[in-house]
Amino acid sequence: MDIHEYQAKKILSNFGVTIPRGGIVYSPENAENKAREIGGSKWVVKAQIHSGARGKAGGIIVCETPLEVAQATDKLLGKKLVTNQTGPQGKIVNRIYIEEATEIEKELYLGLVFDRSSESIMVVASTEGGMSVEEISKEKPETIIRSKIEVAVGMQNFQARELAFGLGIEPDLIRRASDTIIGCYKAFSELDATMVEVNPLVISKQKQILALDCKMSFDNNAMFRRSQVSELRDKTQEDSKEIFASDRGLNYVSLDGDIGNIINGAGLAMASMDMIKLAGGSPANFLDVGGGATPEKIVKAFKLITMDEKVKVILVNIFAGINRCDWVAEGIVEALKKIEIKVPLIIRLAGTNVEKGNKILKDSKVNYIEANTLEDAANKAVAALTK
Amino acid sequence: MSVLIDNKTKIIVQGFTGKMGTFHAEEMIKYGSNIVGGVTPGKGGTKHLNLPVFNTVKDAVKHTGATASILFVPPAFAADSAMESADAGIKICVAIVDGIPSHDMIRIKRYMRRYTKSSKMTLVGPNCAGIISPGKSMLGIMPGHIYKEGRVGIISRSGTLGYEAAQQLKNLDIGISTSVGIGGDPINGSSFRDIIEKFETDEETDAVLMIGEIGGPQEVAAGEFAKVNMKKPVIAYIAGLTAPKGRVMGHAGAIVSAYGESAIEKVEILKECGITISKNPSVMGDTVSSVLKKINK
Repeated sequence: MDIHEYQAKKILSNFGVTIPRGGIVYSPENAENKAREIGGSKWVVKAQIHSGARGKAGGIIVCETPLEVAQATDKLLGKKLVTNQTGPQGKIVNRIYIEEATEIEKELYLGLVFDRSSESIMVVASTEGGMSVEEISKEKPETIIRSKIEVAVGMQNFQARELAFGLGIEPDLIRRASDTIIGCYKAFSELDATMVEVNPLVISKQKQILALDCKMSFDNNAMFRRSQVSELRDKTQEDSKEIFASDRGLNYVSLDGDIGNIINGAGLAMASMDMIKLAGGSPANFLDVGGGATPEKIVKAFKLITMDEKVKVILVNIFAGINRCDWVAEGIVEALKKIEIKVPLIIRLAGTNVEKGNKILKDSKVNYIEANTLEDAANKAVAALTK
Repeated sequence: MSVLIDNKTKIIVQGFTGKMGTFHAEEMIKYGSNIVGGVTPGKGGTKHLNLPVFNTVKDAVKHTGATASILFVPPAFAADSAMESADAGIKICVAIVDGIPSHDMIRIKRYMRRYTKSSKMTLVGPNCAGIISPGKSMLGIMPGHIYKEGRVGIISRSGTLGYEAAQQLKNLDIGISTSVGIGGDPINGSSFRDIIEKFETDEETDAVLMIGEIGGPQEVAAGEFAKVNMKKPVIAYIAGLTAPKGRVMGHAGAIVSAYGESAIEKVEILKECGITISKNPSVMGDTVSSVLKKINK
């Protein structure tokens, strides 16, 4: 789960990280007042969407009067911002963060992620803040320093100090920098985060160390024990079909193609998509109804797929184990009594009682094309598309 | 013997009296697995499925001599249960459960560092289908009848894609020594490398089929291990050629976040390690078959 910049800043400030003064607004009038409340003579108006690279997309505007702040807010609110991370449909701006402008002396990069090789938390830092970590590792890999943290004992002061000295921070500020790095580590480990990125982390002309922009992501599996974090979810930033799916226990990812998929199991779903591609087609989605493929989930899956206007063919591929093909077939027949399918439907069943399952489908009123193997199913789906 | 389990392996079920635990315990017993009891805290001293229920794993081990366990406890309590079985002297534990927080998985693995190599439990999963040694024992939730007895080892992150492979092999009359589902999570108990090493020394296994997917470093680590240490042939399929970068594809661990984690990159690296690649998921069986023909010449 992702959260907004202003929410991540609030969290980090609770862990001792310094952030510029700022506040969230939902209207231009509030924006003007907020700017006066914050004070100073220069403000930054920042569109809150779940994406980086907002600056290049016009989502960050520097203003010199409260009136300008109001105008900038008016311009951004309700707009769809398209960045290199949002996809062509962009993301809607419903919240604006107003922040005092910072006089920057130096921009640094600080990121924390899970390292799957060492199964520890990896802190990554660089003197080249402001660029994305991918750009840094391509263009200035020599500036990257890493520190692996043993989670059982947590981050030690010396590890934070080493990073701070490694970033070339002047001696007077080392203590403050170490506290900032440890604060980020604590937020990561105490809130079940999967990513914390402060980019840039800046040293201001006034010698403050400030988190100027930050991103946080959290482990969905841990949200049962992080109610304060899960409350921060903003559904306006997610694909509506993906929300429909996640609310119903389906794993769904919206894609660009036109062959809709209903499959049980994530690995089999990816494999079926690969077969579609090899057959010359393109999947409209990834959809895993779970290994068990219960009739309830299959009904929900058909509902979800028929919501997608891109879909020109539907491919169902279920490998039934203990759940048996006859039971799955009954589920499909029931589902199709409730939902009308207007596009060609290809069904491939495999596993336990496959003959019984195929017979149930054949004897029903369901209008479909039977397929036997993964390859057969993909070929028939692509063929149905061109008919 | 086969890898990890055989017909003598004594198994206990953690979360025995729950719905999932009961259903799958019955399935395993039907298959012939040697289930000797179960654990549900607070229900010790009672009987379930005609088998004894214990309050703690230590009690269960003491009274039954169990060396294997399978977890059917909710994700929030799974880390605790896994550590309990490690401490009770269980040798092999399968965690079926999907949804364990990654921070908990790291905690389990750090906890297990306190044991010496010979006394350390092998944890398989979470978010997996479990282990089956066809004709001997099933410590998992797979449909046992699709696995024919034989001499190919399977390691798979995905459950249903592993079934698909077993079915393809059965259709070609090729059997399996052991199939191990290592699970779809970013941090898991056993990696491809951990299991592939066990197959290399198993006298009943001639070749290994590795079914991987996008995300994480484990397929590549296993490939590099195989290149240096393995005499037996390895065949691999990697799912997710069409998966977009940066998106989680169902499995929490199926996300491309670094170089070498996409399907195409993994396939290239595995080829360089001398591993035979199954070009698509429909020919996993055929690819294994042609490799077996070569080594049996």
